[in-house]
Amino acid sequence: MVLEVSIKKNLRDFVLEVDFNVRDEIFALLGASGCGKSMTLKCIAGIETPDAGKIILNGRTLFDSAKKINLPPQMRRAGYLFQNYALFPNMTVAENILFAAVGTQAEKISKLKENISRFQLGGLENVYPHELSGGQQQRVALARVLTSHAEILLLDEPFSALDSYLKWHLELELAEIFKIYGAAILVSHDRGEVYRLADKIAVMNSGKFDALADKNEIFKNPKTLAATILTGCKNISPARKIAADKIFAEDWQLELTAKKIPDDLKFVGIRAHHLEHRAAAGENIFLVEVAQVIEDTFSYIVMVRAEGGKPIRWEVDKTFWREVAAEKIFLHFPPDKIILASD
Amino acid sequence: MELSPLIITLKTSAVATLITFFAGIFLAYFVCNLKRGKTLADAIIMLPMVLPPTVVGFFLLLIFGKRSAFGKFFLQFDITFVFTWKAAVIAAAIVSLPLMYRTTRGAFEQLDRNIIYAARTLGVSEWKIFWRILLPNAGRGILAGLILSFTRAAGEFGATIMFAGNVPGVTQTMSTAIYAAVQANDYDLAFKWAMLLSLFSLIFIFAINTAVQSKSKNFG
Repeated sequence: MVLEVSIKKNLRDFVLEVDFNVRDEIFALLGASGCGKSMTLKCIAGIETPDAGKIILNGRTLFDSAKKINLPPQMRRAGYLFQNYALFPNMTVAENILFAAVGTQAEKISKLKENISRFQLGGLENVYPHELSGGQQQRVALARVLTSHAEILLLDEPFSALDSYLKWHLELELAEIFKIYGAAILVSHDRGEVYRLADKIAVMNSGKFDALADKNEIFKNPKTLAATILTGCKNISPARKIAADKIFAEDWQLELTAKKIPDDLKFVGIRAHHLEHRAAAGENIFLVEVAQVIEDTFSYIVMVRAEGGKPIRWEVDKTFWREVAAEKIFLHFPPDKIILASD
Repeated sequence: MELSPLIITLKTSAVATLITFFAGIFLAYFVCNLKRGKTLADAIIMLPMVLPPTVVGFFLLLIFGKRSAFGKFFLQFDITFVFTWKAAVIAAAIVSLPLMYRTTRGAFEQLDRNIIYAARTLGVSEWKIFWRILLPNAGRGILAGLILSFTRAAGEFGATIMFAGNVPGVTQTMSTAIYAAVQANDYDLAFKWAMLLSLFSLIFIFAINTAVQSKSKNFG
């Protein structure tokens, strides 16, 4: 499976302009709501029309503004999984799945049976969608897409309507499906979901790709402010380079030592669980005052600040914090864990 | 009591509703899928509902009259409209069309757009979407529109009297018969027709409610 997308579309608040290729992999679009990620998916499926550009799926041109090609959604073979599942309310589970099936009657029935068992829908064949739970509805929607002629799966926030327990179970199921059906675009605002399911991640911000990389790379070294925030970094401060290996974090009022500092550095970040407790001062170790302690489910969130600086969030194991709790503590900012963002 | 107004009313409104049914669904589907000019198209179709029926009747007279191009064309085949039973049907259809169109369009638009998009991305043809998804899911609205149009057609007065006249045994419907009876000072007869027409409308409104409720039990 190869999908090539290069499109441009004027939206109300910004211009959507993306350019990427997906080949037999799970490609994630990670971004805040309204950044244009769902719109990108809709353009691929043919629900929305870009102003310019090209979309090519397995050598077939789905859209080409220069050649005036714009295939209707019916001919694109892009299976779209809607956030609200969009099951046909007047049809039973079996009818929903069969509605878009292709092939002879016997082929359709065998596909139906295969997907009913794969998605554990046995016994629900004659039930109407409104009688199903959210998780079951999603499984029917997935079964329906996989029974159709889809060559790629487009998943629009697949878990947003579910509670966290169900979410986890469906995520496991989806991971299984991805193993068989290894080509999909996943749109999400949830970094955990994206990290667990995707191979490659594009961080989207106001209609453009802020960063596009392998998932390990993007979480380790986000490079941009939007990517840093979206990958879940809680501590971010405007910063400037003051020496070859020194930066000054303005919000925190700290002078940090770091490696490979870009000249155009604008922000510095450190993840809340990467901060380390120390007994005494040293390089990148600062005496900070504990401003607030919040008990979370499995850890303490300790808000600390250097003199004159804004609070920094530190997440620490419960038992450990009980041992080291004090009004002032030494915290280490490991140089290899410091995130440096240029824009 | 001469029963022809009852029979004429039932016949004209049945034929008018049949026309309205198909035209209303078609127009609703057409307007829903318009990319631009939606508001204008909607305004034109809704016009017969907001205009005084006498104005609608007057326009119909101008359009179908013997002096118009349209009227002249049909005259070649010896077909005339004014003061005939056909005119009563046309008047009733035009006046009840907005009701059928609006309720159907409302029912179409109430259906989640994503359901239509999902069907499209799954490769289902527009024709199949219309028959198997749009119509069944809009069934309640369409049924309500049908009954409303029939009731409106049956009670039509202004456009009918302008365009079809009030010819006893030919174009005289229940509502025009009431007018004629009052003109002739026959309050007894007017009262009988008025009661019959009220009863008739009451039964239909009751029918809408039952139809909509029993349908809603099927799927939520």
